[in-house]
Amino acid sequence: MTRYFTEDHEWIDVDGDSATVGITQYAQGQLGDIVFAEVPAAGATLKKGGDAAVVESVKAASDVYAPVSGTVIDSNAALEGDPALVNSDPEGEGWFFKLTLSDISELNSLMDAAAYKAFVDGL
Amino acid sequence: MREEDEFELEPIEILELPLDAWHRDKGARMVEFAGYHMPIQYEGIMAEHIWTRENAGLFDVSHMGQLMLTGDGAAEALEALVPGDISALKEGKMRYSLLLAEDGGVLDDMMITAAPMGLYVVVNGAVKWDDMGYLREYLPDEITINNMEDRALLALQGPKAVDALKRVVPGVDALYFMEAGSFFWGPKTDPEPLWISRSGYTGEDGFEISVPATHAQKLADQLCAQPEVKPIGLGARDSLRLEAGLPLYGHDMNPELEPVEANAAFAISKRRRAQGGFAGSERILEALANGPARKLVGLSVDGKMPVREGAPIFAGDMQVGVITSGGFGPSVGAPIAMGYVDAGHNAVGTALAAEVRGKRVSITVANLPFVPHHYHRKGVNA
Repeated sequence: MTRYFTEDHEWIDVDGDSATVGITQYAQGQLGDIVFAEVPAAGATLKKGGDAAVVESVKAASDVYAPVSGTVIDSNAALEGDPALVNSDPEGEGWFFKLTLSDISELNSLMDAAAYKAFVDGL
Repeated sequence: MREEDEFELEPIEILELPLDAWHRDKGARMVEFAGYHMPIQYEGIMAEHIWTRENAGLFDVSHMGQLMLTGDGAAEALEALVPGDISALKEGKMRYSLLLAEDGGVLDDMMITAAPMGLYVVVNGAVKWDDMGYLREYLPDEITINNMEDRALLALQGPKAVDALKRVVPGVDALYFMEAGSFFWGPKTDPEPLWISRSGYTGEDGFEISVPATHAQKLADQLCAQPEVKPIGLGARDSLRLEAGLPLYGHDMNPELEPVEANAAFAISKRRRAQGGFAGSERILEALANGPARKLVGLSVDGKMPVREGAPIFAGDMQVGVITSGGFGPSVGAPIAMGYVDAGHNAVGTALAAEVRGKRVSITVANLPFVPHHYHRKGVNA
């Protein structure tokens, strides 16, 4: 399994042609207390860079973008009852959705962990 | 404006508050607000909000304008522009009021206190320069408007604010809600006078303290050294005031709306209702007599998804209003909102819907405040 990152602070764990998506530790820190998360339903088709989910802090709503194109196969039902999972474990239990990738080559444009760390350090 | 002129404009400089470095030292995340770098949060909005409701929170609100109006007849002159009975204000008493445009639209909301020197007026930071220009234009020349830029403004809010502040500034516990006075702080040999009111923007008991900017850090340090006190950012200030049902100027009030629509009819004093004679009084008194065409109301929200400013409000297929403030209420434990709703649809209990990202969310017109006020009112408290 390989983890990639976007400049919009999503992470994506890729396993063959399926993947799990969430937001990074850095993103949850910037957003603050998460009070609501809206995840896409299974079957939804996502386009790389398009709106995929919404995460709301006390203060504001933020979009979560699809790191790659694909079809949603599952979403994290636990976020409905406990949206604070995105704060406590953003890169684990606080995942947003799983999808099957429609174009694996899109991964080439994403960052690996080292590149993402350098990107965040530069912000 | 010609295009080349645009490029000659200097970028607007974001200003620093007297406590800028102090906030950063305390771990604040700074954002731009009202032309200043301001702390939005320290440890987190939720924790800061709850801390203030249970203990005491220190807010730096030095971005707000502190004006002193002096000159004979200042109160009477100001009454041409506000709907409150200012000339009847006794020294040390304060009143919430509204700065009115000629057509009765609300230009700002403000606190007016009868101070020994004159009228001490606290206005919103985002519109303070406009307010000063408007006051200068409409008040007679013999009334002096002093913008007290050399003073910082700190708010200490919460049920334990009185315990913390009276240790630092003895005697402040004698004030009741909406009273103010001068108090000495510091060593007896070289005391500093502070102007302190028992007022605030959280719905809790608390104080607002006007202090020379040069002394603001020392006072903030002394207050934060009290076990009840933590610094609180703008984020929690917003969620606290929303739960308290208090409007935010520029969002819940604007120049197109008159005070009755803005749910601020209480700010129109009895004598002024009878006599009129303030900017827009014809329109405003008409709205008082016949009811406003729309009104700012509280809205409780079904489910967990917040509805935010700008979301349209529907009764069936018909749009009947718009959300002007919305978010999550940490003490309520649910999303809450305020918005304008047309007459006929704005009675408490009316079921409506807000549209968020193309989906309808059930909302209900609710009593304000969402969280009861805990003011230290004269004759009420034990």
